[in-house]
Parts: sequence; structure tokens; C-alpha cells
Amino acid sequence: MTKLYVARSPRVAARSLDGEMMIMSGQDSTLFTLNKTATILWQAADGATPLDQIVEQKICREFEVEPAVAMKDAESLARQLASHGILQLDEQPIVSLGTGEPR
Amino acid sequence: MSGLLAEMTAKAHALNVPLNVQLDLTYRCNERCVHCYLDHDDHGEMTTSEIKRLLDEMADAGVFILTLSGGEIFLRKDFFDILAHARRLMFCVKLKTNAVLIREHQARRIRELGVHSIQVSIYSHRPEVHDAITLVPGSLQRSLKAIRFLKSQGLKVTIANVLMTENWNDYPGVRALADEFGVECTLDPTVTPMMDGNRSTLRLGVDTATLREVFRDKTLVGDVEEFCAVSEEASEDSLEALPCSAGHTACYVSPYGDVYPCVQFPLPTGNVRQQRFVDIWRDSAQMKEVRSIRLKDLTTCTQCTHVTSCTRCPGLAYMEGNMRGPSSQDCEKSLARTGIASANMLSKKRVAANLIQIRTLAAPTGATA
Repeated sequence: MTKLYVARSPRVAARSLDGEMMIMSGQDSTLFTLNKTATILWQAADGATPLDQIVEQKICREFEVEPAVAMKDAESLARQLASHGILQLDEQPIVSLGTGEPR
Repeated sequence: MSGLLAEMTAKAHALNVPLNVQLDLTYRCNERCVHCYLDHDDHGEMTTSEIKRLLDEMADAGVFILTLSGGEIFLRKDFFDILAHARRLMFCVKLKTNAVLIREHQARRIRELGVHSIQVSIYSHRPEVHDAITLVPGSLQRSLKAIRFLKSQGLKVTIANVLMTENWNDYPGVRALADEFGVECTLDPTVTPMMDGNRSTLRLGVDTATLREVFRDKTLVGDVEEFCAVSEEASEDSLEALPCSAGHTACYVSPYGDVYPCVQFPLPTGNVRQQRFVDIWRDSAQMKEVRSIRLKDLTTCTQCTHVTSCTRCPGLAYMEGNMRGPSSQDCEKSLARTGIASANMLSKKRVAANLIQIRTLAAPTGATA
């Protein structure tokens, strides 16, 4: 099974407000907010850690959920975020010099 | 403001988070605009490392929208170093500049660093008018050239036009210029006193008759009738509203580290060289005082027809002597918009009338009629 890598887009602005991540797209200034699960995924998206590892280490540990179910949801979410330009997806590790440090 | 941004702003307000900060990097400038409120000498700007530490503190405090302004930001040799640091911290960065120093290279770098938008000051489409305001020959051409560079990088640019006696006739020309470039254009009739309290710049502001004409330009305001309508009587709920976001979800930091509720509200609340940004934001007595004020607490304005629709600026009111008082410039705007004088204007008229009141002298004792 091919690995999927995720990285935060360097063009976005982001800030956590009471555990909820606000993200502004660099493409069209659209503002998004992520719920707690999506925030965990987005914060862990460093381009080097594969998505299944993020799911196993960050999401399954935080929420009582079956790994297969969590992985399916996470992949769907990652593709959705990528379609808005706020996350990058690749089958190879992603080297992104501009990836910021979300707070 | 978009629905989601309004929702997040309300949440930030409830959590006492400074969502929006303007940081002036310098007061030095390569233009000498006749209406400028700043002293352009350097009285000890924050160093690169001080600014980076401040940005770290701001990110930790929850600041999301960071406006970098001045003075002219590109006069700081470390500008891109500061900008890169701000973007690493994932601020939504907006820039305010005269753009005179922006060439292709700078425009590309701004795009690479993921800046949200750039506001460029343009006072007229005619060089003889714009350059007479900036006091720099050739400045209009250089600023316009920079806008082309920025647009060629796909960046979002806004032209900011301040309406004054010297240029008010030219705002349609500036708007046409903005259309030609495919950029947004804002028009602001507010000229502020200088930060040291000197009010001489106010003579440059347009008069009520001119404002009245501008406010009836449907290309600017849309539905003139709606824009110029008198607001409904204030309800108890509407008087619980905040006067503005200054000190509530927004504040301003000067190049010297002084924190104020807003760039237009020079009430000192602390200095980031002595205290952490978040401590000033949360604990300063001055911030708390600003934060405590609701519309119902305003002197004079609560009696005014315009209380809920007025653009009253608490900072301008503060500069007039009372942060809970009226801001005369906004009274003028309400009058120009609706044709109805504000409570402040009426009370001043009454005082003036009292000053010329003729009293009958008491008849001297023993006099007969």
C-alpha cells in the first residue's frame, strides 16, 4: 500500500483559537476553521510523517476510534483540505522550505 | 467582514484574544505627506531581535492578522527578515506602504513569503497633485510602477486614498486607476491630529459640504437613500454594543515598543521592552478601561440621533480630551450623511448661544421706572 504524505501549505495563515484552527487560504483569502480532529491532523502535517503514522500516533491515541475507520476519514479530510490549497499531498515525503510553525 | 471571520472575532472577544494587531516597524519615511501624523525621526526603534521576540509573543497570544506599517516599512534593512519570521509564525500578514521602493525583486519576495495583501497610498491620478501631497517629485509614477510589479506576481493590492482639500476632486480618477489595475480602492475622509497632539493637520480635512457631496455619489456608497438614512432609535440592546474593536480584539504597537489600543488611539498602555505583550494586553489598567466602555457609557453621544450608526472613533474622541466623549470629525460625517446635526454639535451651539446671551441689568437702587 502506498504511503501518503501531508504537508501544511506555506501560503496559508493559521492560528489556533481555543483549540480550533483558523486557516486563511493563500489562494483566495477564504477562511476555514478546523475542528479538533482536523486541527491535530493539520498540525502534524510536516511533510515527513506519513498519514497513517499521524492517524495511529495522534488521532487514535486521542480519540477511541478504529485505525481503519480513522485512516479512511483522515484521508478524505486531507484530500478535502488539499482541494482548498491549505494542505499538500504526495506519495513521497514533501520538502517545503516555507512550512510554518502553527501556534 | 465574512460570516466566519465575524464569528471568530466574536470568539476572540469572548476569550480576550488580540486577533488583529498593527505593528509599525519604523516612523522613518521617504515621503513627507502633508497630512501625516508622525514624527519621522528615529527615537530608538526596536531591533530585529526585539521585533522577532515580539512576534513570537504575539503568536502565542493568538494574534492572527498582523499589519506591518510605518513610516515606510521598506526603509528597514531587515524588513524581509522580519517578514519571513512573521510568516514562519503563520500570521496573516498585511502590508501598508507607499511602495516607492518596491521593484520586481521585492514584489517576487513578497509573493514567495505568502503576504495576504498590500495597501498602497495613492492620493491622486495626477502627478502634480499626488506629488504635492507626498512632497516627493516622481512618487506617483514610482508607486504605480510598484503596483504593476505586485499585480504581476498575482498579489492582492488595495489603493488607499485619503480625501483632503487638496485632492478631493480627484477621487474618481484614483478609482478609475484602481479599475485599470484591477485592484480595490478605499476612500477615507479622516485626517488625524499628529501623535503629539498637534492639530494643525486637521485644516487639510474636507468640509461638510464636500463630504455631503461625496456621500451622495452612488458609485461610492451604492444606495444613497439607505446610506444617508437616519438610524432608528437606539434600543437598550444596541447601547450595550462596543464602540469599536480597539482594545477588544485589536491593538497597535509602535516602533519603540509602546502598545496602544489602536494606531489612532494614543493612550499608552505599556511597552513590550519592559513587559510581555500578553501581560500588557490582559492586565494593563488602560486597556481594561477602554475595554469597559459600551455605547451606553458615552457622554453626549447616548443622547444623539446617530448613536448607533455613527462612525465615532474613540481614539479621536480621546485626542479631543475624553475617550467617552464625541469625536467632532465623526459628528461632521454624520451631519454630512444625514443632514441632521449631532447632539455634540447642538450642545456646542447652545454654549455659543449662552456666551452671547444679553441679560437685563438690575435697575440701580432707588431708581424709578
